[in-house]
Amino acid sequence: MNDISQAIPFLGKRNPKAALFALVVIALVSPVVAAMFGNTWVRILNFAMLYILLSIGLNLVVGFAGLLDLGYIAFYAVGAYTWAFLASPHFGLHLPFWIVLPLGAGFAALAGIALGFPTLRLRGDYLAIVTLGFGEIVRIFMNNLTHPVNITNGPQGIDQIDGMSLFGLDLNRGLQITEGFQVKSLFLYYYVFLAFVVLAVILVKRIQVSRIGRAWAAIRDDELAAKAIGINTRNLKLLAFAMGATFGGVSGGLFGAFQGFVSPESFTLMESIAILTMIVFGGMGNLAGVIVGALALSFLPEVLRYIALPVQMAIFGKVFLDPEVLRMLLLSLAMILMMLLKPAGLVPAQSRYSKADLLGDKEIAQ
Amino acid sequence: MPHENPAAPLLQLRDARIAYGQIQAVKGIDLELFSGELVSLIGANGAGKTTTLNAIAGTLQLSGGELSYAGSAIAGMPAHKRLRAGIALVPEGRGIFTRLTVEENLRMGAYTRSDKAEIEADLERVYEMLPRVRERLPQVAGTLSGGEQQMVAIGRALLSRPKLLLLDEPSMGLAPLIVEKIFEVIQIVIKQGVTVLLVEQNANLALGFSNRAYVMESGKITLSGSGQDLLHDPKVRSAYLGEAA
Repeated sequence: MNDISQAIPFLGKRNPKAALFALVVIALVSPVVAAMFGNTWVRILNFAMLYILLSIGLNLVVGFAGLLDLGYIAFYAVGAYTWAFLASPHFGLHLPFWIVLPLGAGFAALAGIALGFPTLRLRGDYLAIVTLGFGEIVRIFMNNLTHPVNITNGPQGIDQIDGMSLFGLDLNRGLQITEGFQVKSLFLYYYVFLAFVVLAVILVKRIQVSRIGRAWAAIRDDELAAKAIGINTRNLKLLAFAMGATFGGVSGGLFGAFQGFVSPESFTLMESIAILTMIVFGGMGNLAGVIVGALALSFLPEVLRYIALPVQMAIFGKVFLDPEVLRMLLLSLAMILMMLLKPAGLVPAQSRYSKADLLGDKEIAQ
Repeated sequence: MPHENPAAPLLQLRDARIAYGQIQAVKGIDLELFSGELVSLIGANGAGKTTTLNAIAGTLQLSGGELSYAGSAIAGMPAHKRLRAGIALVPEGRGIFTRLTVEENLRMGAYTRSDKAEIEADLERVYEMLPRVRERLPQVAGTLSGGEQQMVAIGRALLSRPKLLLLDEPSMGLAPLIVEKIFEVIQIVIKQGVTVLLVEQNANLALGFSNRAYVMESGKITLSGSGQDLLHDPKVRSAYLGEAA
């Protein structure tokens, strides 16, 4: 976690211990603070956690292995629909969390390999086009798999999906601690999501400094040279797709359980682009950056929604720019400014892949 | 374990053909390399030199003919397995990992090895051979000069402990003084018992150092012989050394 806490401005580099402590406190307390502004903000926070998971997963593929994937949301869809199929009245199945989530992750990984195989020889723009197509294909399937057997329920989506149930605790019901004090369902989901994020961060940091991580870095920088030093580029690229997809599948499952409803509308190309934007905005290839980017870009539109409307009403007496339009406008503007001022992202990636540096065991020599 | 006859070639291509789709880039060549030799492959742009080298390294596959290495047929073997068998390629345009540091680049060369102590010893040997590289270990490799990058690429290849080193235009785009340095390094590599196949456009320099050489022209080998013979061959001189016949 060290280098993530070090991304905190001012405090991070000067006092790493305090920064780490601050990070933990912020992570634990933020839903309580958010709840003061209304439950909507806790929901937004929960979705931000899902976006962090997605960004971490996509970063494996794009940031580490250098494979530009514009259809990443498809894996999110696979995870979400797996949950919807296996834990909702739609098929009358109500399998438990421990079975559904790994299955969703597994299916997503298979989908990742299915996408990886035909695209092994492609790079850059060409890969982006094919992955974009793949994402659309998955969405269109979800939209149309209603005949002759109704599998996905088409554009109406699947609702009444079971919530998550951990150790006999139904997250949808909340946790009754005393007569008068109850931890709300929204909070419980937040802490579960946070646990998944922490797990993902630990896992990905370990992967980054492993042989696999270094091999991905080599493939990203020069695929021919990677082959020439004995890296099995085919298997490692497939692994990148599969592992990235697994993260997508897991967050999709969490999304399905949290939202209780999935429909193809949630898995459009814009979503894929939004996640990619988070990575680029925050700092591709750097975990801290990716998390900062995901947080910033999931909150920005919501803040706009709550500020832009009242401000316009107050000044002009009517609404000129719809928040949705404004959101795209400002996002584009933010991206342009980023590319001009900080092309490597808010928190640029380190160039070193040495174990000690990346795991924060050693001070970086200046 | 097949009996290794000292007179048998380390590497042998027979009627090797390589195609990119419909286009035949290499149209049936025979080439032999013996242990400890420095052999160069010279010729004009588009003659098929790099293609041949990539086919030996396994990053391309033959479309016909035979390829044998240390007595066994290796056509169809993927590149990462050939490296483990001892064939290392330094790709054209150096092919270093620009966003990793110099040290990480070198260590990546030992990717397939797990003998830690030996790797450290080999690293030390590479540093001795390339003092300039040692000074720049923590630097991001993309910020090195062309010559230094080439040195890193060669050093990285050596860390896999190759028996056969394939060098693709190591002098490309470098100043004459640097090129000389690189050839000094190649000489040291040869002395360590590594066999080298060198692809070069700088025919004058390559022939001067080589035991033997092959001249390629539009996918075929048109001449072969000892480096010195070819260096004085009027046809070679007019075609590749810029002299009027």
